[in-house]
Amino acid sequence: MRRVVVTGIGAVTPVANGAQATWQGLLDGKSGIRAIDNFDVSDIPAKIGGMVPRGTGAGLFNAEDHVSVKDMKKMDEFIIFGIAAADQALADSGWVPETEEDQEATGVMIGSGIGGLPRIAESAQLIADGKIRRVSPFFIPSCLINLVSGQVSIKHGLKGPNHAVVTACSTGAHAIGDASRMIMLGDADVMVAGGAEAAVCRLGMAGFAAARALSTGYNDTPTEASRPWDQGRDGFVMGEGAGCVVLEEYEHAKARGARIYAEVVGYGMSGDAYHITAPAADGNGGFRSMRNALRNAGVTPEQVDYVNAHGTSTPLGDEIELGAVKRLFGDAINDVSMSSTKSATGHLLGAAGAIEAVFSVLAIHESVVPPTLNLHNPSEACRGIDLVPLEAKQRKVNYALSNSFGFGGTNASLVFKSV
Amino acid sequence: MSDVADRVKKIVVEHLGVEEDKVTENASFIDDLGADSLDTVELVMAFEEEFGVEIPDDAAEKILTVKDAIDFIEKANG
Repeated sequence: MRRVVVTGIGAVTPVANGAQATWQGLLDGKSGIRAIDNFDVSDIPAKIGGMVPRGTGAGLFNAEDHVSVKDMKKMDEFIIFGIAAADQALADSGWVPETEEDQEATGVMIGSGIGGLPRIAESAQLIADGKIRRVSPFFIPSCLINLVSGQVSIKHGLKGPNHAVVTACSTGAHAIGDASRMIMLGDADVMVAGGAEAAVCRLGMAGFAAARALSTGYNDTPTEASRPWDQGRDGFVMGEGAGCVVLEEYEHAKARGARIYAEVVGYGMSGDAYHITAPAADGNGGFRSMRNALRNAGVTPEQVDYVNAHGTSTPLGDEIELGAVKRLFGDAINDVSMSSTKSATGHLLGAAGAIEAVFSVLAIHESVVPPTLNLHNPSEACRGIDLVPLEAKQRKVNYALSNSFGFGGTNASLVFKSV
Repeated sequence: MSDVADRVKKIVVEHLGVEEDKVTENASFIDDLGADSLDTVELVMAFEEEFGVEIPDDAAEKILTVKDAIDFIEKANG
């Protein structure tokens, strides 16, 4: 089977715009969670979010750097974030496909959990207000999930596979895993893969709040709200942004002298077959996903140095995932470091697995693991493992495992290896 | 130049992101100003809103140039 490596990274996150700026923020213990001030939250119990810092200057996101003002009305914000992350990843990789052959060998696989929820809400409101003729001809293409891939394909002339994944909060991980397999199977030599999300809007917040999934106890201290495994955790904090990686066939990358961050060596999937939103109580879905990924990689738990957990800061989910990790790792649990970067970014839903893949490969590349913020008092069941509380930790990372679990009982795990 | 013409041109500049001097009366939205079929639908909607007129689909299909738009609106509002 052909080998697949990561040669470019891009990220637009609540911590910062840019993969390296976000990474530095994570290592510095910076949180991207803040009070929501761009729409009314007075009647919503959760009033905070992981909002991408906007503006011009280092680490700030300026949509006009990636999309013309004229084209912005043709895409809801998740697409703009996705284009930006893809632009960054491609620039970072140095891969510029210009010949027909290179363009056909390069594809896109960027998913989203929810897609253009803000634009759907606005357009539905027009109809409710009796203004059906005001619904934009760009409404549908501005909301469709696969239009992130579509727009990236058009912008960069990528004529290989043009695909998208929709698996809720597993989307980003599934996109990277599936895109890797496309390269392994020869459908493409290079894939731009990841996830994008921008559903922090009244409708999105109301929906997740109704499902009792969001943190509501830290509205006055937003940076403390996302606290995976901590006794005081009370739900996840919704975030927005996008992550992308450039995946490349190993010989292809080597031949052009590309920088290689890490190799994608394992991908595992599973279904809970249990409940629409709750993870299976015994954690067997996550367990099987991780086990399958390690089996696919031909790696034993003893070899894994770092786990980037799904760890969303929900009372139930955090303990279930941790239990599954303990069961899978056995005695090897003593040597692994596991952290949840959602403590800093919030939960980016369909983009989560993508930015966390970026963090996992950076942990390998930079020999440092990012911290779990706000983890002052791990709950009873969350002890006996290094959860990298509060501060980043220098350590050699040869293998990193990244978990993503989603509504519908869908699970994906990726294994990256140093090259 | 009429007030309607000024306002039509302003809308075209804003929606298609083109230079003002390119928006001549004889300019075709698609051939000269880089619009696609969805852009033209949106332009017509913008004209409807700006001028408070309704432009039925069969009439909209015949609005291909800046002048077509000005003429339609002046007639409708006349």
